Amino acid sequence: MKKYILKRIIMSVITVLILITVVFFLVRLMPGGPFTNPKLTPEVKAVMEAYYGLDKPLPVQYVQYLKNLLHGDLGYSMSYSNQTVTSLILKAFPYSADVGIRALVFAFSVGIVLGIIAALNRGKKLDFLCIIIAIIGTSVPDFIMGGILQYFFGIRWGLLPIAQYKGIEYTILPMISLGFATLASVSRIMRSSMLEVVNQDYIKTARAKGISEFQVITRHEIRNAIMPLVTIMGPLVASILTGTFVIESIFAIPGMGKYYVDSISSLDYTMVLGMTVFYGVLLVIATTITDIVYGLVDPRIRVS
Amino acid sequence: MQEKMTDYILELKNVSFSFHTYGGVVKAVRDVSFSVRPGEILGIVGESGCGKSVTAQCILKLNPPKAGFFEGGSILYKGEDIVPKTNQEMRQIRGDEIGFVFQDPMTSLNPTMKVGKQIGEIIKKRKNITKQELRHQVIDVLEKVGITDPQRRLNQYPHELSGGMKQRVMIAMALIGNPKVIIADEPTTSLDVTIESQILKLFQKLSREFHISVILITHDLGVIAKLCDRVLVMYGGKILERASAEELFYKTAHPYTRGLLDSIATLETDKNAELRPIDGTPPDLFSPPIGCPFAARCEFGMNVCHKKMPDEVELSQEHKVCCWLQDKRAPRVEELFQKEWSNE
Repeated sequence: MKKYILKRIIMSVITVLILITVVFFLVRLMPGGPFTNPKLTPEVKAVMEAYYGLDKPLPVQYVQYLKNLLHGDLGYSMSYSNQTVTSLILKAFPYSADVGIRALVFAFSVGIVLGIIAALNRGKKLDFLCIIIAIIGTSVPDFIMGGILQYFFGIRWGLLPIAQYKGIEYTILPMISLGFATLASVSRIMRSSMLEVVNQDYIKTARAKGISEFQVITRHEIRNAIMPLVTIMGPLVASILTGTFVIESIFAIPGMGKYYVDSISSLDYTMVLGMTVFYGVLLVIATTITDIVYGLVDPRIRVS
Repeated sequence: MQEKMTDYILELKNVSFSFHTYGGVVKAVRDVSFSVRPGEILGIVGESGCGKSVTAQCILKLNPPKAGFFEGGSILYKGEDIVPKTNQEMRQIRGDEIGFVFQDPMTSLNPTMKVGKQIGEIIKKRKNITKQELRHQVIDVLEKVGITDPQRRLNQYPHELSGGMKQRVMIAMALIGNPKVIIADEPTTSLDVTIESQILKLFQKLSREFHISVILITHDLGVIAKLCDRVLVMYGGKILERASAEELFYKTAHPYTRGLLDSIATLETDKNAELRPIDGTPPDLFSPPIGCPFAARCEFGMNVCHKKMPDEVELSQEHKVCCWLQDKRAPRVEELFQKEWSNE
């Protein structure tokens, strides 16, 4: 197990390093630069570029960036003056993570329950209802979902606040609109996986024991059916936690999504790289946790 | 409370069981009657698709509930008909009264649950059992089925056990509720021969020592010869011959049973000799033949065989057969031969 974890860590470091390298050079390949405002005089521009080290040859910059990174320094943002990338991320990430975790919990809990209900009522009205919910979830984009929710719950019925992020009632609409698509796919995967498990021999064994139908479902079916969901959990966690630009701007949540999009359009090199590193590390951590969770759910994987 | 004394612990009377499928109704079991005595090993033998597994699963009503349905008959357990029982009522019988061992131990154990827990589930449904008592009983039953180091084994997952070990766990599962009957559906098909003989000995031990009736379903006549007291031969959803194991092998009366015996290769068989398979294919159970289901493949098939199912003829107290050749009205083949011989 120790050897396995060590191997995982080394692999992760290499993965992140490759990611940084590719993004570092890709961003530089884009035409333009961070200081292209026509109001800037060439002298000022040169000073700025020298300040951020952009005047040096690319390989030198690359080595310098890696050196700083080793010290945990992601550098200063090029478009938000006097703000380090780290401080910007630390300021925005809690919001994104908060919405993200809520959305994930919402999507998985409701999705799994819907999937189970659909599987147990296969071909009946409830199954059909779950299919409708899943189709809506996968086909309606989140920004439209967000808008519709805002209109009905916020404006028509006045039940929930429309935007901003200042308390628990503010979190409900973003949570639903962000999690709905995931909910839909989770419920579909859960349904088909349940239907597969129901036909397994060991379910018949469980029935032959004379335990109640409820116990057959909860102890034998669900645990085995949940396996495929664990697989998709890792990547989903990382992408939802780092925020989505659309949901965050619709609901005026000061999360990471906005910074991510802005940094690319303004070619804020350090910000793009910093966000990428952050996202990459998060993804690697999430998939590692997924693997560990997989082992917890499925004892067969633990050994090998 | 005194239990009603009957000679038989389990009796099937004219049971017919069918399935709804996309292709129509499959009549898997047709008018099957047999009874099981306490403590005996009853073998059911027949080729794939003859209805032996369906018959076995009928008894615990384990066939798919929506597709499968009883067309008639009754199943008496301790004199009480279980066909009209609800799922809730069946739970009292499953595990506690009748245990079931499935064919493939590789897929019949839940891969995500420790074996001890899987075994314990059966008695856990009874109230007032402490955790220690439960553990104690599980260890006890694991020892009974010959698993060494049960303390360690009960905390293992199925994938950590060998095939034979898994089948022992399955048997332990069937045994822990102290059932009167264990139904074993081809319990050794997926095991290799050495393990097979161990498992068969285990069944023998269980039936002798604990006086449990075992219904052993198999397609292997060798298994029958080794183990069973009485044998039913099934074909096309019907029982064609029933006899004590000895009579079945030495006084074979039905051409189908004969065919089964002839198709076995033994050590004495000349290696150049061809095996004698039974020609043809089993009958279509969507529209089963009105006559004897084996008539189309039978080398002695007569006109009457196709037109009418023969009644069961009693050859001896234990030996009964459904075949026109054995009908009282049919000419005795032996007599004909004797006449010929005396003429010579």
